[in-house]
Amino acid sequence: MVRIDGKGVHYRELNELIKTKADEGETEFYLDNINGQRYIGTGLSNPGIKIYVNGVPGNDLATFLNGPEIVVYDNAQDAICNTMNSGQVTVHGHAGDVLGYGMRGGRLFIKGNVGYRVGIHMKEYKKQVPVIVAGGTAGDFLGEYMAGGILIVLGLDRKPGAPLTGDYLGTGMHGGVIYLRGDVDPANLGREVAVFDVTDEDWKVLGQHLQDFCASFDFDYNEVSSEKFYKLLPVSHRPYGRLYAY
Amino acid sequence: MRGTKPRIPSGCAIVGIFNRKAKRFSGSDVLRSIRTMHDRSNGLGGGFAGYGIYPEYRDHYAFHLLYEDKASQLETESFLEENFNIDRSEPIPTRPHPNITDPPILWRYFLRLKPHHQERLQIENGTCEPAIRSGQGDERDFVVQQVMYINRYIGGAFVASSGKNMGVFKGVGFPEDIGEFFRIDEYEGYMWTAHGRFPTNTPGWWGGAHPFTILDWSVVHNGEISSYGINKRYLEMFGYHCTLQTDTEVIAYLFDLLHRRHGLPLEVTCMALAAPFWKDVDRNKDGKAELARGLRQVYGSALLNGPFSVLVGYNGGMIGLTDRIKLRPLVCAEKEDYMYLASEESAIREICPAPDRVWAIKAGEPVMVQLDEGVQP
Repeated sequence: MVRIDGKGVHYRELNELIKTKADEGETEFYLDNINGQRYIGTGLSNPGIKIYVNGVPGNDLATFLNGPEIVVYDNAQDAICNTMNSGQVTVHGHAGDVLGYGMRGGRLFIKGNVGYRVGIHMKEYKKQVPVIVAGGTAGDFLGEYMAGGILIVLGLDRKPGAPLTGDYLGTGMHGGVIYLRGDVDPANLGREVAVFDVTDEDWKVLGQHLQDFCASFDFDYNEVSSEKFYKLLPVSHRPYGRLYAY
Repeated sequence: MRGTKPRIPSGCAIVGIFNRKAKRFSGSDVLRSIRTMHDRSNGLGGGFAGYGIYPEYRDHYAFHLLYEDKASQLETESFLEENFNIDRSEPIPTRPHPNITDPPILWRYFLRLKPHHQERLQIENGTCEPAIRSGQGDERDFVVQQVMYINRYIGGAFVASSGKNMGVFKGVGFPEDIGEFFRIDEYEGYMWTAHGRFPTNTPGWWGGAHPFTILDWSVVHNGEISSYGINKRYLEMFGYHCTLQTDTEVIAYLFDLLHRRHGLPLEVTCMALAAPFWKDVDRNKDGKAELARGLRQVYGSALLNGPFSVLVGYNGGMIGLTDRIKLRPLVCAEKEDYMYLASEESAIREICPAPDRVWAIKAGEPVMVQLDEGVQP
């Protein structure tokens, strides 16, 4: 177990220290007084690594993460889980924009709200299926150009009438699935997606992720899953197939 | 002063702190905050705006000047003397700093209009109805004209700020170094904004560092204004001339034109600059379609295109605004009488570890904070 006081430590130094210790065989990291240091956990692929972050980590947390687990006990900023390959990131607060950009595996759990452009360009291949679950609401461009994976937005604790997601929802989406706990204003839907009912088959997958999510934050699974969910799927696998065709 | 370093592309950092009760606090807070976002800048520009920092000269126009050489200073001073009573003239205090090299001559003046100008303006005010169109007849219009004259016609002289009871400290360097260089920890204000620059399309030079100002308006900006050419030509029709080689300059002048001169409320000014998309206007969800259409007809050339998050300061208030699809970040927080806005939450948490509330602002919707009613800075 390694405990690092991040107060005033530059991200390069911090991340080098983590990498060095991980290569030496350390698996448990407690980072205290973190504030704004970027790229924490970037590219780490040593097996069995767990990183616990106290404070607000900087942008690009868990970029290219490949296996480890990261828990943040505060809010997180922009661009986390960029091109993540596998592992688990759990944020006990809200997070910013462009989460899970081009993510290709692993899971990201956010307890609170998420910002703009979450899950854009996510993709999947066979068993590699990335998952993002947001406990709060999401901003515009959720799942834009999504090619695979699972996005789940729960809208827990939102004010009555507050929208679950923003505008341009699933614009350009051509793979994967978005599950929403509540309905969506059709005017906010991208042209490439349509709304469907959630089937029993869906619940086998959705239910498992929700159970894990609820366990992470002490939410009541029965309460969370009792609301009506909707499913967004792309209506075309190649929405822009004709765009550059002459 | 006009640096020749090569172009390096990427982003910027902005932060603002505001106290609603006009409680003045040291510039060291904003300095610590912007330091957190060091990696968003590249050392080619940093700057600060402080409001309420000159209470002993609260009714004077505080002119902060950048001079390339002694000749530009002499020429500017004789020009100022023609038009103003210079009640105080002094170098802006700095301390030697290892990372700040080749600074221009930095000077400040506390100015009042000469009595004959005031009388003339009063007469024009009473008789000339089209003050709005001509930009004549108001004391502040007169000051704007003097700033434009210096920036345009006096070679090597540039006005960094010209408002009352506020001042801008900016230059080439990382913002934390610029702040130390200008000793901003020795000033106290009720509002501070700061900027760390990563210039993308324009040179890194002292006049091109943020904030950009006119009168008491100051703007710090992360992003780029791709409508700069249209905005610039539009502003020229109203006597504003862009001379500082940076797109952000137009935002300061647009606020002055639309709000002060044309009398648009600040919310409406923001709606003209970050206008809603036509599809949203057609839906008319908020019942403002008619206003939105009217603004686009009249102020189409004031629309800001391109990615931006900006903080606009003015005497008594601060506005945070992003472009319509939020291509640049901006986070807000509140703690008691303090309001914070920054590119990254960590910059806020550095100086306010446990805010009462933290939230992300919505695209194109201004966040505005003003002094509480009855509070005087």
